[in-house]
Amino acid sequence: MDFSRYEVGDFFDELFEAPGRPRPAARLLVERLQALPEGELEYRQQAAEQALLKAGITFNVYGAEGGTERIFPFDLVPRVIASEEWEVIEKGLKQRIYALNLFLDDIYHDRKILKDRVIPAEVITSAASFRKACVGLNPPKGIWCHVTGTDLVRDRDGVFYVLEDNLRCPSGVSYVLENRQVMKRTFPKIFEVCNVRPVNDYASHLLETIEYLCPAALDAPRVGVLTPGIYNSAYFEHSFLAKQMGAELVEGGDLVVVDGWVMMRTTRGLERIDALYRRIDDDFIDPLAFRPDSLLGVPGIMEAYRKGRIGLANAPGTGIADDKVVYAYVPEIIRYYLAEEPIIPNVPTYLCWRDDDRRYVLDHLDQLVVKAANESGGYGMLVGPHASEAERKEFAARITASPRNYIAQPTLALSRTPTIVSDGCEGRHVDLRPYILYGKEIYVMPGGLTRVALKKGSLVVNSSQGGGSKDTWIV
Amino acid sequence: MLSRLADALYWMSRYMERAENVARFLDVTLHMSLDVPGSSTEQWEPLVTASGDHQLFAEQYPSFDEASVVRFLTFDAANPNSIFSCVAKARENARIARQFITLEMWEQLNEHYLLLKDLERQKDTLDLSHDFYTDVMMASQLFQGITDATMSRGEGWHWCRVGRKLERADKTSRLLDVKYYRILPSESYTGTPYDDILWAAVLRSTSAFEMYRKQYHQITPQRVSRFLILDREFPRAIQHCVIAADESLRAINSTPTGFFHNPAEKTLGRLRAELAYTEVEEIFASGLHEFLDRFQVDLNNAGVVISETYFALHPLSGDNPSGASQ
Repeated sequence: MDFSRYEVGDFFDELFEAPGRPRPAARLLVERLQALPEGELEYRQQAAEQALLKAGITFNVYGAEGGTERIFPFDLVPRVIASEEWEVIEKGLKQRIYALNLFLDDIYHDRKILKDRVIPAEVITSAASFRKACVGLNPPKGIWCHVTGTDLVRDRDGVFYVLEDNLRCPSGVSYVLENRQVMKRTFPKIFEVCNVRPVNDYASHLLETIEYLCPAALDAPRVGVLTPGIYNSAYFEHSFLAKQMGAELVEGGDLVVVDGWVMMRTTRGLERIDALYRRIDDDFIDPLAFRPDSLLGVPGIMEAYRKGRIGLANAPGTGIADDKVVYAYVPEIIRYYLAEEPIIPNVPTYLCWRDDDRRYVLDHLDQLVVKAANESGGYGMLVGPHASEAERKEFAARITASPRNYIAQPTLALSRTPTIVSDGCEGRHVDLRPYILYGKEIYVMPGGLTRVALKKGSLVVNSSQGGGSKDTWIV
Repeated sequence: MLSRLADALYWMSRYMERAENVARFLDVTLHMSLDVPGSSTEQWEPLVTASGDHQLFAEQYPSFDEASVVRFLTFDAANPNSIFSCVAKARENARIARQFITLEMWEQLNEHYLLLKDLERQKDTLDLSHDFYTDVMMASQLFQGITDATMSRGEGWHWCRVGRKLERADKTSRLLDVKYYRILPSESYTGTPYDDILWAAVLRSTSAFEMYRKQYHQITPQRVSRFLILDREFPRAIQHCVIAADESLRAINSTPTGFFHNPAEKTLGRLRAELAYTEVEEIFASGLHEFLDRFQVDLNNAGVVISETYFALHPLSGDNPSGASQ
């Protein structure tokens, strides 16, 4: 691989500080990649993709007919972050999750933060993800958000910002683990010299986190992963994590609440289950408590949860903390509960329900990224500078119609990193999703999922919108 | 074990075995059509009858010619029992049971499916020859071999075995039935060279030719029937399959032979006992076709009772169907 003609461009580049000059943490990697014979990297790239397809590491594409299974495109050139820099991120993420958990507990109990007018009460009461059924809930050990995936981006200045928090059912961690496997097989020698921090103990940490939900008296708790089923886009991940943890992979139909206990239907009759890592949204988890039309959930499970007879991770109701309007208040949330300054800054955010902000947003649609407060996965989003006049008009109308539902942020010049393209290597924009587990203590996976917008110039990294992934090396 | 998981393992195995048997049917018929005179319909229609999808076929194809039947049984996605449909369903069940089966099983099945999917796209220009059907058979046998070599002999493995053996017993009985009654309808073939060829074909399609020769030498309808129905040692013989399925079903609840704990064990145990006390002379006296017909009904019933006993997700508190639709 020849990096001599690689263009850094007017962006922060993850591997190069200037053309031809790799960053100190990436120097070894770049040297090794450059030493590979011409065409070797491309060849290994194809082999890696074949391996993923063969292993069936695929996701389902909604709305597409026929070939609905695709591999999540994977790029072999890793993204490197120096340990010193990572330590700060890790601290910042722990701080953020700790504060958000306190916020969740407060919102569903005393609401001190609203009474003290740090956040306007209507922000909470008007949020679609606020769950009345969760008011007064006491999750085991006071933990609500056991598994979080926080999206980080770097702007042109090289500073990491939090782009959004995902406290419901963040997906993608299986790709981190599988990508690492593929990388180790593909570049064993490079791995040997680079001293990359390992990620493969994630499943053990996750299992500990889930078991921590169960009463200590329970000697060998039975743990399950609750999936919507094989047609869900993240089914591979559900099954992967269940296998890695030695947990049961269950669907709603496998579970039934009998005399207030959650039981699994087995070939030997009903057997109790103690805790669930659930990958079904709140809305669908219990037709008696939430959406009555849900066929995916377990009728009565919320009642069992309230009585402490089943552990759920994450706790229902956590969605309120990743509402995009609430997001804008997270720095305030950190200051309020911890009396500390946030370590990782937020991206400046305009809240369309504020009159001044909305006026500014409508006047500057061609410079801003607009997001719906309650969507994820890159849906319901407008990238102003790349959108057509018609699309901007449509969004302007939507914002005016329901201002609470929209926020806007300046279009960031996301950092780039070298990525294999048909004839060599070019810079592509990336973000980073580290995974954070909150059990006995808070654990941050070293690295996380680097998502890359494979289309030239694109800023959208979601897998549903032409994104791929890369291994992330903390060295 | 979760009922849904047991169900998935059982059907994963059944569908793989079914794909193999359809390939066997087709391969032997392709082969035989070179040796035996007569209109092609006579040879090809029984294959569709044996698969039980006669009506579905008649709705979609004008006649039972070779090309139509081959197409219907190989790649037709509208036929739930075509080779392609079977492998696709085996894989879907494997995905459900993915965290339970071994990586080696999954990769082999997935690769086989991807290969067929590739071929399916070129199905109109593809020459479906002996090699193709051999590959399908080998893939199924490889899958079975990997299953036996990598899976612990726990409940999951026993469910795989129950599914495979029941499917195989059913297919051997159908093959025998169809060949005997449809291809040999008239007395006129009896005693001609074709008689020998046809019975040899029946044996070959169950990979029984060599084992049969070692034991019985001369080919006669009665001996072939005795071998394929009542042999306890030949792995594709009906009695062998029923014994194996019964053993595995009992292993799941550690029930000794001769006793039963539930309707499934009772039904299959009774079927096993009936076969154990049957002689080929009785079968021929009452009519081979009648015997096979009754056996298929009983076997089918055993499958239904197993499903009812172990897999059915009966609503316990409110209606709560499984499955996802997001």
